[in-house]
Amino acid sequence: MEAVVKRLGVWALVLLAAIAAIALTPDSGFAVHMGIVALVAVILIVATVTRYDPMARAQGIFKMPPGPSRYDDDVIRWGVIATMFWGLAGLLVGVVIAGQLAFPWLNLEPYLNFGRLRPLHTSAVIFAFGGNALIATSFYVVQRTCRTTLAFPQMARFVFWGYQLFIVLAATGYLLGITQSKEYAEPEWYVDLWLTVVWLCYLAVFVGTLVRRHEPHIYVANWFYLAFIVTIAMLHVVNNLAIPVSFLGSKSYSAFAGVQDALTQWWYGHNAVGFFLTAGFLAMMYYFVPKQAGRPVYSYRLSIIHFWSLIFLYIWAGPHHLHYTALPDWAQTLGMVFSVMLWMPSWGGMINGLMTLNGAWDKVRTDPIIRMMVMALAFYGMSTFEGPMLSIKAVNSLSHYTDWTIGHVHSGALGWNGMITFACVYYLVPRLWQKDRLYSLRMINWHFWLATLGIVFYASSMWVAGITQGLMWREYGADGYLVNSFVDTVAALHPMYVLRMVGGLMYLSGAIIMAYNIWMTIAGHLRVEAPMGDTAHDAAADRPIVSPPHAQPAE
Amino acid sequence: MSVYENLRHFADSYGLAVIVALYLTLCLWHFRPGASPHVDAAKNSIFKDQTDGE
Repeated sequence: MEAVVKRLGVWALVLLAAIAAIALTPDSGFAVHMGIVALVAVILIVATVTRYDPMARAQGIFKMPPGPSRYDDDVIRWGVIATMFWGLAGLLVGVVIAGQLAFPWLNLEPYLNFGRLRPLHTSAVIFAFGGNALIATSFYVVQRTCRTTLAFPQMARFVFWGYQLFIVLAATGYLLGITQSKEYAEPEWYVDLWLTVVWLCYLAVFVGTLVRRHEPHIYVANWFYLAFIVTIAMLHVVNNLAIPVSFLGSKSYSAFAGVQDALTQWWYGHNAVGFFLTAGFLAMMYYFVPKQAGRPVYSYRLSIIHFWSLIFLYIWAGPHHLHYTALPDWAQTLGMVFSVMLWMPSWGGMINGLMTLNGAWDKVRTDPIIRMMVMALAFYGMSTFEGPMLSIKAVNSLSHYTDWTIGHVHSGALGWNGMITFACVYYLVPRLWQKDRLYSLRMINWHFWLATLGIVFYASSMWVAGITQGLMWREYGADGYLVNSFVDTVAALHPMYVLRMVGGLMYLSGAIIMAYNIWMTIAGHLRVEAPMGDTAHDAAADRPIVSPPHAQPAE
Repeated sequence: MSVYENLRHFADSYGLAVIVALYLTLCLWHFRPGASPHVDAAKNSIFKDQTDGE
């Protein structure tokens, strides 16, 4: 009882503080955010007072197996559902903004214009979809490989729900126009502080679980997860060092200025790619690909070289985002050289993943989850070749600021991050909900082909668009003037933008099929369908010839 | 010399040497004589728990 009263007291204080902030702030966006905080406090108070357990009810809706499982899987199930939800939301916004670029009348001022929806799309797919997938799989993998349960189960729940609050605050903030204007680091100071608290708890849960492991060796996937958690903590704190104008307003100013600010931002931005979208997802690859293939990773030693090479090289590659700017030339060259060097460990990792299937390549035909993983690794290889190539100054002088960059990012994000996450979710759902198998394997096949064709449409249209743009921007006439105005290039790109939207729609429809498949699996249905990879068998023809036909005499 | 220049010269001499040595040590550590059984055990460790813990 005393504990209940104490908890009520804390939440009442939060509620009061939020209401006071709403009353005192002149900033309407900040007031909306404090309103969200107040709403969370009210829900917590109601749940405590009435002993109404919203969690138990929600678990009922999603048919989660009751009672404690051997491992602490409850928070992982929530993570899988959140991954699906935010994935659909992020992809949908992506298709909308692709439409806005092709058809400007789709910009609905002021809340739903391209400038506000674009960070919503990037944050929803990277931090909401990718982040939830990483949190869920890391909790799954660290428990299985350490043969122990989560170190601080309550804190793990706080990490999950606290992260969702971060996403909601970030997403609503973009629509309200609250932004630091730093790419992939748009949330303002108070949201950044909240994320820092959540992230340090995540680190505590993960390291605590590693410490109480019952396996002598820490499996390599955990190294990648740990590198991801530690580095993101460091990047997030340094890049978001800022002074708020007022504690009752959302606006803040960066602690850095000019080119220092730009370099800090791209040190952050590129390593967010390196440690969030690469190291974290490689951790998924090093656990789930061997598990699904039923064979150990091709070379454990190569995976360790892969790990240390990424750690030592990635952190220097950021300056390639600032070629031909005020950044000192030596720093640009350093960024370019390290980016090119990164190609080798990346391909080492791709080969390691693909060769895990050595001797089991037939599974690409019979197991659609393996097929998805192979496609993810192929796109990992392709985008880690394209990236170093684009970082070379001569190539960058053509490609920078064009849609080629967008195409590159999406072949990595849709092909590598998306496909490996889908494969992991397909792997996890039957195990987490204790089902024999997924609702349908053939639907994974549909999802696979829609997603693959979608990426092909997306990437190829952006290559054409990017190179067209780059060449048109730099074209000089005989008199020394630029031939094309900017709006000429925009008009030239229109068909490519429409094709890009079609690619995005295909990728989204694949994800919708997946959501249906996952939903039906959770609901406990099994689709009646022919199994994958059956060989043809004609029972009628499978018999001895009883009466041989008479030989015909030759003429 | 300024702090910037001192740091810079440290970074491209001793600092660089230490980081390269550290990198090579970490990469080559698993190739030391007698490491093979440990590497093999680690490689196969994820298959010990075949029931996925349900």
